[in-house]
Amino acid sequence: MKILKLILKNSLRHKLRSLLTAVGIAMAILAFGLLRTIIDAYFFGVEASSDTRLITRNAVSLTFPLPLAYKDKIAEIPGVSNVSYGNWFGATYIDPKNFFAQFAVEPESFLQLYPEFIIPPDEKEAFLRERNSCIVGRKLADKHGWKVGDTFRLTGTIFPGDWDFVIRGIYDGRDKATDETTMYFHWQYVDERMNATSPGRAGQVGVYYIAVEDANAVAGVSAAVDATFDNSQDETKTETEKEFQLSFVSMVGTIVTSVRIISVVVIAIILLVMANTMAMTARERISEYAVLKTLGFMPKHLVGLIFGESTAIALAGGLLGIGITLMAVKRFGIFLTENLGSFFPVFEISATTITLATVAAVSVGVIAAIFPAIRAVKMPIADGLRQID
Amino acid sequence: MSAALVEIQEVSKSYRRGSQTIPVLQGITLLVPPGEFLALMGPSGSGKTTLLNLIAGIDKPDSGGIVVSGTDIVSLSESQLAAWRARHIGFVFQFYNLMPVLTAYENVELPLLLTSLSRQERKKHVETALDIVGLADRMQHYPNQLSGGQEQRVAIARAVVTDPTLIVADEPTGDLDKESAGEILTLLERLNSEFEKTIIMVTHDPRAADQAHVTRHFDKGVLEELNRDASSAD
Repeated sequence: MKILKLILKNSLRHKLRSLLTAVGIAMAILAFGLLRTIIDAYFFGVEASSDTRLITRNAVSLTFPLPLAYKDKIAEIPGVSNVSYGNWFGATYIDPKNFFAQFAVEPESFLQLYPEFIIPPDEKEAFLRERNSCIVGRKLADKHGWKVGDTFRLTGTIFPGDWDFVIRGIYDGRDKATDETTMYFHWQYVDERMNATSPGRAGQVGVYYIAVEDANAVAGVSAAVDATFDNSQDETKTETEKEFQLSFVSMVGTIVTSVRIISVVVIAIILLVMANTMAMTARERISEYAVLKTLGFMPKHLVGLIFGESTAIALAGGLLGIGITLMAVKRFGIFLTENLGSFFPVFEISATTITLATVAAVSVGVIAAIFPAIRAVKMPIADGLRQID
Repeated sequence: MSAALVEIQEVSKSYRRGSQTIPVLQGITLLVPPGEFLALMGPSGSGKTTLLNLIAGIDKPDSGGIVVSGTDIVSLSESQLAAWRARHIGFVFQFYNLMPVLTAYENVELPLLLTSLSRQERKKHVETALDIVGLADRMQHYPNQLSGGQEQRVAIARAVVTDPTLIVADEPTGDLDKESAGEILTLLERLNSEFEKTIIMVTHDPRAADQAHVTRHFDKGVLEELNRDASSAD
């Protein structure tokens, strides 16, 4: 019989109480893990963004366009190796709930800039050749049951009217961080329609995608681009793709901060529950601790028993919680990538989150045991025995 | 040089309750020779359990000296006292105070976990102790599977398993029926006579005191004069 066995037996002494406490911790860890995973997923696109690609947009706002004429000027700036451009299309496929991202891009240069989109050569060739063709990500195609050759119609919102497309390619991401839920098609297809129906909107570009030869030259090229269009009618704002992505994330920065705080608050709440459980446990066992002291057990033994029991329950809850979180993330991840893949291309629990969840569970167990342990150690034996005659 | 196993000299002890100081023991002097079976009697609140706690090293006097088996236990630190208790004292409680989650075997083994004995050696000691108290066939029973008398016998086995210098028993029959109480007293008497254990027992029960060689009476924190003949005649 070892002290460890006594710890284990004590942990299972009030099975229902221990079970409820462990389940409570498991639920807290689930909430903690899910919230952290959502934050991680939100930032995943940022992490996956390139440091050597620049995005140039109108300095006033992303909703203001830039002239197509800027392309050649940008291409002439030293350090720029390639330039592409595109517009956010924002049309509806049958029903708004079917939302997916659509970009009208200059296809050839765009695919050169984004080698992470893997597309078979014949499909790529067909896509480049045909004006109303498009390529779609694998997940988007799977979601709607699309295959190469299929046609579909989008109803424009930013660019009014019905827009018919034929799928000429389905791209796969080079890595799991690459978004596979987006549609890309010819910018010229939109521009021609605009030229015919709204000439004032023709020849306009939402953003420029710029490839830089040398990663060390990114800051210089970025400044040079903006300097080129200083004091023009449409001044530009150029930033790295990562900064560009981050600007979207920062728009909901308060929400992200709130989610972070909530994930910590959840742990704090369960800490109080666990502390209460351990306080009750220690209070019930005061006479037992006194007996152990009488038998010659030292304070370190009592501390070991109390901390051991508290940590064992917390760790059991923590491991249960991590297990549930893994399953929940898997299921929730499928739902998110199917429905909100543009925002959450990857929804996986990170090793850091698992580590933090484990540390949080153990910490809850340790902290909850501090006061009961102090009380047990400081308690005079005679008081504990409650036999003052 | 006294030959007493326990030497208590002018021990006083009081407790504080709020702003009040309540004297419990006042100038107690007591010598207990080795092999003695001493019963301490007295009304509730007379201080007999307090004296037992002082002798067992689980409480400290306000003044006076206590020497047990040559060790001045008043001067020992808390950790030294814990180690000393583990080695020299076997404690029997009124309510047995067994660990409910441990079997009889595991309860008796508890004090041995503090020693350097191997698992096999501990097993031997535990089986011997349980055999002495007549519960060799109840080793794997949990306290709630035992009668009160059996629980107290397990507690006695736990008290003797380390072969302590002194056994202190606080109302060991106080929670038992007449028959079980008789068995426990017989067992204690056997430990004293056959295994030459020195026993100091607090009791309210005159029949329990009859088993002891000497009975000392407490009254309001003062120990009455020894009357060995009168004690024997009880």
